[in-house]
Amino acid sequence: MYNFEYKKAGSVDEAAGIVGADDEAKLLAGGMTYIPTLKQRLAAPTTVVDLNGVGGMDGISADGNGVTVGAMARHAAVAASAEVAAAIPALADLASHIGDPQVRNRGTIGGSIANNDPAADYPAALVGLGATVQTNKRTIAADDFFTGLFETALGQDEIVTAVSFPRAGKAAYMKFPNPASRYAIVGVFVAQAADGVRVAVTGAGPCVFRVAEMEAALAANWSADSVAGLGISADGLNEDIHASAEYRAHLVTVMAKRAVAKAG
Amino acid sequence: MTEQGIGAAVARREDRRFVTGQGHYTDDINRRGQTYACFVRSPHAHATLNGVDTAAAGAMPGVRAIFVGEDMAEVGPLICGWAITDVNGEPFRAPPHPALAIGKVNYAGEAVAVVIADTLEQAKDAAAAVEVDYGLLDAVVDPAQATAGGQPQIHEAAPGNLSFEWALGDKAAVDAVFDGAAHVTSLEFANNRLVPNAMEPRACVAEYDAGSGEHTLHIASQNPHVHRLVMSAFHGLAPEHKLRVVAPDVGGGFGSKIFIYAEEVVLTWAASRVRRPIKWTAERSESFLTDAHGRDHVTTAELALDSDGKFLAMRVDTTANMGAYLSTFASAVPTYLYATLLAGQYTTGGIYCNVKAVFTNTVPVDAYRGAGRPEAAYVVERLVEAAAAETGRDPADLRKTNFVPTDAFPYETPVIMQYDCGDFAGSMDQALDLAGYGGFQARKAESKAGGRLRGIGFSSYIEACGVAPSAAAGSLGAGVGLWESANIRFNPTGNVQLFTGCHSHGQGHETAYAQIVADKLGVPYEQVEVIHGDSSKIPFGMGTYGSRSAAVGGSAIVKAADKVIEKGRKIAAHTLEASEDDIEFAGGNFTVKGTDKAMNIAEVAFTAYVPHNYPEGLEPGLDETAFYDPLNFSFPAGTHICEVEVDPETGSVSIERYAAVDDFGVLINPLIVEGQVHGGIGQGVGQAMLEHAVYDGAGQLVSGSYMDYTMPRADDVPSYDVGFNGVPSPLNPLGVKGCGEAGAIAAPAAVMNAVHDALRDVGVGHIEMPATPLRVWQAIQDAAA
Repeated sequence: MYNFEYKKAGSVDEAAGIVGADDEAKLLAGGMTYIPTLKQRLAAPTTVVDLNGVGGMDGISADGNGVTVGAMARHAAVAASAEVAAAIPALADLASHIGDPQVRNRGTIGGSIANNDPAADYPAALVGLGATVQTNKRTIAADDFFTGLFETALGQDEIVTAVSFPRAGKAAYMKFPNPASRYAIVGVFVAQAADGVRVAVTGAGPCVFRVAEMEAALAANWSADSVAGLGISADGLNEDIHASAEYRAHLVTVMAKRAVAKAG
Repeated sequence: MTEQGIGAAVARREDRRFVTGQGHYTDDINRRGQTYACFVRSPHAHATLNGVDTAAAGAMPGVRAIFVGEDMAEVGPLICGWAITDVNGEPFRAPPHPALAIGKVNYAGEAVAVVIADTLEQAKDAAAAVEVDYGLLDAVVDPAQATAGGQPQIHEAAPGNLSFEWALGDKAAVDAVFDGAAHVTSLEFANNRLVPNAMEPRACVAEYDAGSGEHTLHIASQNPHVHRLVMSAFHGLAPEHKLRVVAPDVGGGFGSKIFIYAEEVVLTWAASRVRRPIKWTAERSESFLTDAHGRDHVTTAELALDSDGKFLAMRVDTTANMGAYLSTFASAVPTYLYATLLAGQYTTGGIYCNVKAVFTNTVPVDAYRGAGRPEAAYVVERLVEAAAAETGRDPADLRKTNFVPTDAFPYETPVIMQYDCGDFAGSMDQALDLAGYGGFQARKAESKAGGRLRGIGFSSYIEACGVAPSAAAGSLGAGVGLWESANIRFNPTGNVQLFTGCHSHGQGHETAYAQIVADKLGVPYEQVEVIHGDSSKIPFGMGTYGSRSAAVGGSAIVKAADKVIEKGRKIAAHTLEASEDDIEFAGGNFTVKGTDKAMNIAEVAFTAYVPHNYPEGLEPGLDETAFYDPLNFSFPAGTHICEVEVDPETGSVSIERYAAVDDFGVLINPLIVEGQVHGGIGQGVGQAMLEHAVYDGAGQLVSGSYMDYTMPRADDVPSYDVGFNGVPSPLNPLGVKGCGEAGAIAAPAAVMNAVHDALRDVGVGHIEMPATPLRVWQAIQDAAA
């Protein structure tokens, strides 16, 4: 690690003030990506602003419309939440398969989506359910939030405070994990979402994306067979030693099919 | 068998401290005034070193010293300790390997300079400020291409990137058999390169006492005395009597901590220059880049059979990747630890093996759990399984047709080994039962109904461990002896300290050795303490590797115990006023034959230290040392049967069942042995399905972290069914055979044979390790196309 100033923020406003005044200051939530990055000297922030001291950011609540998850809620809390399990069981299931127990007990939903790792699980849930991201400044539809590889719509002094997931009909997430990292090589979230059927894919491309053709097919007939014959192009998909673009494209269909079957 | 003697499943006494964080590892050692080393490492796989500018870095806060290769001119280069003679009669080419690079770097991660500073962060900051002028060269990475014309040349002293070409067997005779064979099975495959991944990374703390002129090196080592010997004799760092090497608790080795690496040489040398203790602990990324890797063979193998399925001959051509330099024992691995095992469990008539050992711009490759024997078992067992499929024979039956029969021992193989004993067919039968072989077809049909492909695979491996005898090893090129020492020291109050030259880094010696001592001397197990790993305490020792600690180290303990008993007999005879010949020893008691006059060994020990009434001319004390040089290798063998299910849609392979029946001779502690089997199979499964050190064309390690290098996890392996069919070895006093590597030797072939069996149904003929989902899926696509 390089030296940096450490500040434990007492409020979102205080944290936003610091990162707003200094482009090289960086927010720390669960630190599951950022701490290893610092340890490997791949980042040299001036100040690390720790959000773990900000109270009231980790709540999980449900009402008739859906579930709201505080930005600092740990994955394990979402996975274990009775409210989430009752309202959107697919979301609890997804959270229960993020990383490993250590990651789930430290990692936060806010940190995950703000980082927008192309192989993270949560982006698929947000886009797949048509969620809304709440920040200290505004609300952003999930479709508009994830803008590219490790890129989001967040401004420099903008901090995720919560994510609201509308209730959905049938929904499920299927992930084909990278054998080494256990991140998603391909993860597909399918849902009869509040605004219609959604199919969101993570891991396959540089950023989470939806598959319109599958959504239309499932809207017409919600069954695994509806998507079994639908493929996506391998063009532009990720390639690494674990999966070629063609393999990823193939897995999108397989995982979509299995997600629909899992959703029932 | 006593309750805690030989054969008892005693829970490992060392585990409490390990699992409660009370272990003492090298990185736990901190010395007053300690400084920290950070190595400047080449980011390039192949480059000239045009200059290293340390001026700015040297002026940074806390920096004590910065050294480059030229500063260490007085220190001898790193060596390879096993000389091989080339087929043309010349010695192997072992180009100089300076601890810090001089003039040229030959792999990414090679140390170019070392910064020593008061804190680790200061050392890292300064290391980043060292300016190195590299002249980039093309890299040679693929071993199969390394000797081809037009490839970049790594060492002037090794033209064509060839260290040596070596062969075993009568080529003309074997060729003639092939020409007349009814059937020939031919395979080409790679044995994938692996990263050792001990849980504890390599680490050392070097100290120099200017008052006494004594150096102390604390190091995560499998063989501290070998470190001391090499560092004294070859690097000239200090005479042996002024160099103490301590290997405290060590968190796994798997071979990777046998070798003498640049870091410990540099630190030991530098500590006397900066007059401060220096610590270095590898970060995980440094472990990936600099620990000696394992395996990395490219092989063509052929098996000739007659019309009855008898194995007539085998022909094997292997290119072994040595990496950029010859590591400490690298040359022995693809030669004497490999080709000598190609007979497997079979009566194959003739065997010829040719090996080219080549240099590439990758980190050196050396012994890794099994070292040569997993590669050999993979060659033999893949060939046998393919031959069975090609000739329409049951793979178990074909093996049984060719097993060395139980009454044929001692059995001379065509590849210079003499097997002492075994029951290959018995282990096979037991494994077939354990695996539920009879129900396989029904399980396969069930899988098929669910859209899955099920396959079964066998591996009837044999291995040679406890490398020996020293004279034979020496005649084959070994630079060291391969005996072991034990010192049993009774204290006056009757408890016992065993000092062993082996080293425990996960094997459970503190428990198993205490069981041997308790059993042989009849002292309570709790009163036996096992001490290892400190050259100032142990007479000498060759360390632990090659599954040698039971057969060689354990035998030394038995010899030392015999000496204790012999001396005790004299003391007891004197005290009990009997003739020595009339004294019997059993269960810790010296008894006058035919009487109830007896003396416990603890009383004997007390008498030896308080010799008021004592045999005339007998030395006081009860402290005996023995050195044991083995008569032969020991030959563990067995049959492993693996059953897999493939999801053809995703290419995922899951291991559904795994049965292992091993002959390890007498088991000292079945619980520890079973754990060794589990761990070994886990590593074998890792090689077969998960692990792969991948370099790109420029020599960059692509799978350089756990994000890309797949370690086996609990959900990758099944619950094993383990059985034993021990035939006691007649060649050592315990009747034991090594068990530490067997799982890693057997499992790759068992798993891959099962994968091939499953994929045969969809027309896939060949797939390489690791059989990742991508590879399996791609193979299915290619077969369908």
